[in-house]
Parts: sequence; structure tokens; C-alpha cells
Amino acid sequence: MLWDALTLQLGYNATLVAIGATLLGFSAGVTGTFLFLRKRALVSDAISHATLPGVCIAFMVLVALGGTGRNLIGLLSGSAISAAVGLLCMNWLIRRTRLAEDAAIGAVLSVFFGFGIVLLTIIQTMGVGRQAGLEGFLLGSTAGMLWSDALIIAIGGAATLLLVMIIRRPMMMVAFDSEYAAALGLPVHRIDLAMMGLVMAVTVVGLKIVGLILIVALLIIPAVTARFWSDRSDHVVLLSGVIGGLSGYLGAAVSASAPNLPTGPIIVLFSFGFFVLSLFLAPVRGVLAAIVRHLRFQRRVHIRQGLLALAQGQNIYEPYTLRLLRQAGLARPDGVATDAGRAQAAKALRDEKRWEIVRADNAHEAAAALYDGLRDIETVLTRDQIDDIDRRIGGPREVRP
Amino acid sequence: MSGEEFVPLSLTPLLIGTFAAIACALPGNFLVLRKQALIGDAISHVVLPGIVVAFLVTGAISTWPMMLGAAGAAVVAVVLIETIRRLGQIEPGAAMGVVFTTMFAGGVLLLEQTDTSSVHLDVEHALYGSLESLIWLDATGWSSLLDPVALAGLPPELARIALTLVGVSLFVWLFWRPLKISTFDEGFARTIGIRTGALGMALVISAAIAAVAAFDAVGSIIVIAMFICPPAAARMMTDRLETQIAWSVVFAILSAVSGYILAGYGPLWLGGSDSVSAAGMIATMSGLILAFAAVFGPCRMRAAAPGPG
Repeated sequence: MLWDALTLQLGYNATLVAIGATLLGFSAGVTGTFLFLRKRALVSDAISHATLPGVCIAFMVLVALGGTGRNLIGLLSGSAISAAVGLLCMNWLIRRTRLAEDAAIGAVLSVFFGFGIVLLTIIQTMGVGRQAGLEGFLLGSTAGMLWSDALIIAIGGAATLLLVMIIRRPMMMVAFDSEYAAALGLPVHRIDLAMMGLVMAVTVVGLKIVGLILIVALLIIPAVTARFWSDRSDHVVLLSGVIGGLSGYLGAAVSASAPNLPTGPIIVLFSFGFFVLSLFLAPVRGVLAAIVRHLRFQRRVHIRQGLLALAQGQNIYEPYTLRLLRQAGLARPDGVATDAGRAQAAKALRDEKRWEIVRADNAHEAAAALYDGLRDIETVLTRDQIDDIDRRIGGPREVRP
Repeated sequence: MSGEEFVPLSLTPLLIGTFAAIACALPGNFLVLRKQALIGDAISHVVLPGIVVAFLVTGAISTWPMMLGAAGAAVVAVVLIETIRRLGQIEPGAAMGVVFTTMFAGGVLLLEQTDTSSVHLDVEHALYGSLESLIWLDATGWSSLLDPVALAGLPPELARIALTLVGVSLFVWLFWRPLKISTFDEGFARTIGIRTGALGMALVISAAIAAVAAFDAVGSIIVIAMFICPPAAARMMTDRLETQIAWSVVFAILSAVSGYILAGYGPLWLGGSDSVSAAGMIATMSGLILAFAAVFGPCRMRAAAPGPG
């Protein structure tokens, strides 16, 4: 059953949903990356909640015009208009009043959503009887998706992607350093608005599949996930798109494979799965990598301190240090150095002395700044410089009483 | 409108709505000033999985397990957000977005997976509550307020939200100085020995308690609106924290009362027959108040910001 779903064998509707969700996930992932890098991820929350009044008003207008109120294009245009109004309100609050961004987001989100709910209850009492379709916009509803719906989603997603590709450079510049972008003469405010407009487009397109409460997840989670894997912006954008698309595809397929598995939440949970995997497994920024890095560092400190202790003839009481030295063949179980251990210990002590000279000498200021008690001096100074320092230390001398 | 009609049908919802609004607006003042306003948003989303899990564990719709479940979910969410933020070095907004959407999705999935058709538990109810249904059937008029038999029939939500309001007010009153200092200058607060980390946590927890109690009575949409809109509007009116809190309480009461009345009677005045969602209307009214304050408020500008134009 699951395999059938993954290979799109579960019938017409499931296939449409899977294709739509994949496209939606991809464009949401790509668009969301810019938002995330601009550190404005939660703006999408305000935008998505602000779509609700528009959907309701569009429905009322459609019914008043004599239709059934289920025209997807009409409903989506309504949602786009009210999301745009919400976006402008939010921007106005941030720019023209003392409110911080988070308060403006929350205010727009709650007020527009509350107003939308008022409108929903009005529609329920209108007696049109077909308002069930509207509640589907809260959490998405993919049952009974039409070919024309899928087409709208596909075209909307593709158009968004195209726009992102066209203005990705200025958006990236603003996301990384808005002041520099402003100094270059870029219209930062307008680029921000364009970015929000794209987010709005993704939200509107996604209303049908994942619904307005969960579309935020598709805009944020893939971007955060992709950021773990790369420091290059174009890679992050692409990877985020792939993760979003994959979550959309897997989520839609799995939700079609069994009853009572709503599409939107499953897509979100898949993208969260990718997030958790990345959080732990990513090569540089992941948790496992950080733990390995920490353990290695700890090892180096212990071995270094152990060698210095051996060189100065002190006893080693720390069991971990002793174990490390023994494993490296530098010391015997009773803490006495082997020949190799004595050689390395002497080298470690001499290196300490060399560093001491380097740090006392202003000519080596740049090299001295790199001293952290662990760094091999050969990685910082040339052979000649080390020889010069060794001459200053001098060799063994006769001691006269 | 006579007492016979008003007291049983409208008095308790009005009181519950007002108490919930104030209980959320009080901690909201500090959250807005600390730029943590969206905590209310996050908490009200994660309450859903908590309630569903509590329902699955106990198998019944009973209040205390559900409140505990909601509170537990709020704590889990706060811990998760902090963990993800630290482990992944992600900015707080994005970490919050990851956690609350995922938990909400989990809640919806659990809800769909379990058979809740026999009980009144659905997403819509969680979102906009049922303020209108909290009526006081035993009341017959104003005299019932002094009648112990009728008072015993008060909806239990009223006592809970009143208790929460007292608790939140006590918290703000007792910790007034440390809260104020650490909100405006966290570094200074730490140098004079205030444990800012613990205090911040206590603030978030009291906000969570207010959110859960209010959520139980009025749904999550009021919670989010009341955490932000009245304090934000009050912020436009004054530069003094004491005055701001007073304004925010006034605005909270104003939006709760006007929202409830408009929702209940507005459609009748306009010739309609049915009332609209009170929760949604209260949120809408708080937004209108915020809009007025943002346009006309005497302190609406940032102190250092350039004027319009």
C-alpha cells in the first residue's frame, strides 16, 4: 500500500495531491530560505493567518454573485488580497510606530484571524450550507481535489519559483547585510516587500493542501534544516527546496496510503523528521559533530597535559589522562613514561619554552596570538624561525655550584 | 435588557471573557516589552496536542487532566524551543516556528487518528472556544448573585479563570521591581543580584498558566490577541510602565465587553438573526483599539525614530 502510494499508483486524486504537494514543498522551501536568512521567519505566520478574512469575504462575494462559492481562483485571490492588507498593516506598525516586529506580527495574526472567524460564523448562519469547504482552508483538505485545483497550485508554485530565481541576488544581499545593500543603492524596503509578497504567494497556493495554520512550517522547517548542511547560500536555497519537495511528496503519499492521515500535518511531520536528522547528523553544525569535536579536543588537552607532567617528573593522578597515554604507548600502567613517551614529553616541554619566547617577543605578535596551549608550534612558525628561537633557548649547559 | 435575561445568559460569559482578557494582558505587557510577544502564539498552538494526549490517557473530557496536559505541552514546547535554539544555534523565532508548527501538526494527527466523534473535541473548538455556551442556568435574575444555591451552579470556568487572574496579578505585584528592572535593563538587573534567568522563566510560566486557563474557557484566538493587542495599544499611550499596565487593563476590558456585546447583539441590530463568534469579535475589537492607538496615541513613535515623511 505504501509502495503503491510512493509510486503514484493510488489513483487519480492521490497522484494529483502528491504532485501538488511536491511542487508546493519545493517552492515553499526555496522562498522560506530567504525569509529565514533575513531572520524574519515568523512573518510568515502573520501572513498566513491574515488570509482567512479574505477567503471568507471572497466566498460571500461569490455567493452574492450567484455562484456556489467554491471557485478556487476566487477564494485564493480573496486570500491574497487580505494577506497583502495584513502584510501592509504589519509593515506600517513596524515602521511608523514603536512596536517591535514580534508584537506587530502577533497583532496582525490574531486580529485578522479573529475577524476571519467572525466572518466564518456569519457564513455558517447564512444558510448556504456549503461552508464546509472553507473550514478546510484552516488545516487543508485534499480529498476531492480537482484537476483544475492541482493546475492552479502547479502554476502558482512554478510562477513563484521563477520570480524567486529572478530576484534571488538582491534578496540574498538584503538577507545577509541589509545595511551594505542599502549602501549599494538597493531599495531594501521594496526588496523586503517583494520577499514578503513571494511568501504570500506560497501561502495562498498552499492553503488548499496544508491549510493556513501549517503552511508556516513548510516555509520555516526546510530552510532551517538546509542551513545545517551548508554555509553557501545557493546550496542552502536549493537544498531547502529539495527537502521541502521531498517532505511534500512523502507526506502526500503516506497520507494517501491509509485513512485518517491528514495530508498537511503528515507533510509537516516529515519535514520535522528531516530537521531532527539534520540537527544530529549534519557534518559541521550537527550535534554529533559537535560532540565528536569536543571529545577530540578533550583528548588533546589530556595528552598534552599528561606529557608536560611526564616531562617535569610529576605524578599523573587523572585516570583518563593515564589511560590515553597508555593507549598511545607513551606511558606504562604505573604512570612511568616509555621511551617514546619520554621523547614526546621532552618535545612538549621544549615547545612550551619556545612558545614562552614567542609570546614574550613583540616581533612574533601575530603568531603569539594563536597560542592556546595546544597548537603545535610547527604549524605557526617556519623551520628557520624555530631554529632561531632554539638558539635563544640554547642547549644543555654545565651547572657550576 | 432585564436582569432575568442578562444574568443567566450574558453575565458569566462577559465576566469570563473579561477575566481571561486581563489575565493575558498583564503578563503580555512584559512579553511585548521583552520582544517575546509571540510566546503566546506558540503556547496557544501547542496546547492542542497536550489536550489530545490528556484525552487519550484519561479517555474522557474532564477539565483537570486536560489543563495539566495543556500545561505539560506548554512546558515541553518551551524546553524544546530552548534546546533546539542552543543545539542548532538557530535564531529564536525560527526555533519557535519549528516547534509549535510541529507540535500542532502532531496534535491534529492524533485528533484525526482517535475516534473523537462522540465527544466535543475538535480543532475549531480549540481555536475559537465557546464563550457563548458558558451560561449560568441556575440564575433567575440579579438576586441570584446572593443566592448560594444558584451560585453553586456557576460555570466552573468562571472560578478557574478568576483564580488564574488573582494568581497572575499576585505574581506581577510581588515581583514588580525585579520584573520592571530586568525587562528594561537585564545587565543592570543581574549586577544588583536579580536572577534574570529564573525570573524570565517564571514570567513565561505565568503567561502559560494564563494562556491555558483562558484557552479552556475562550479558545486560543483570544489568548493570542490579548497577550499582544492591549499591551501594544497601551504602549502607544504612555512611556511609564505603571500607566501602560493600567491602560492595557482598560483596553482588555473594553475589547472583551464591546466584543461580546457586538457579537451577541450586533447582528440583531443589523437585522440578522444569529450571533457571531464572540471570541473572534473580541480579537477584532482589540485590533481596532490597537489601530486607533497606533494612529492617535500620544507616544506612538519610537523615541529616536525620525518623524513621518
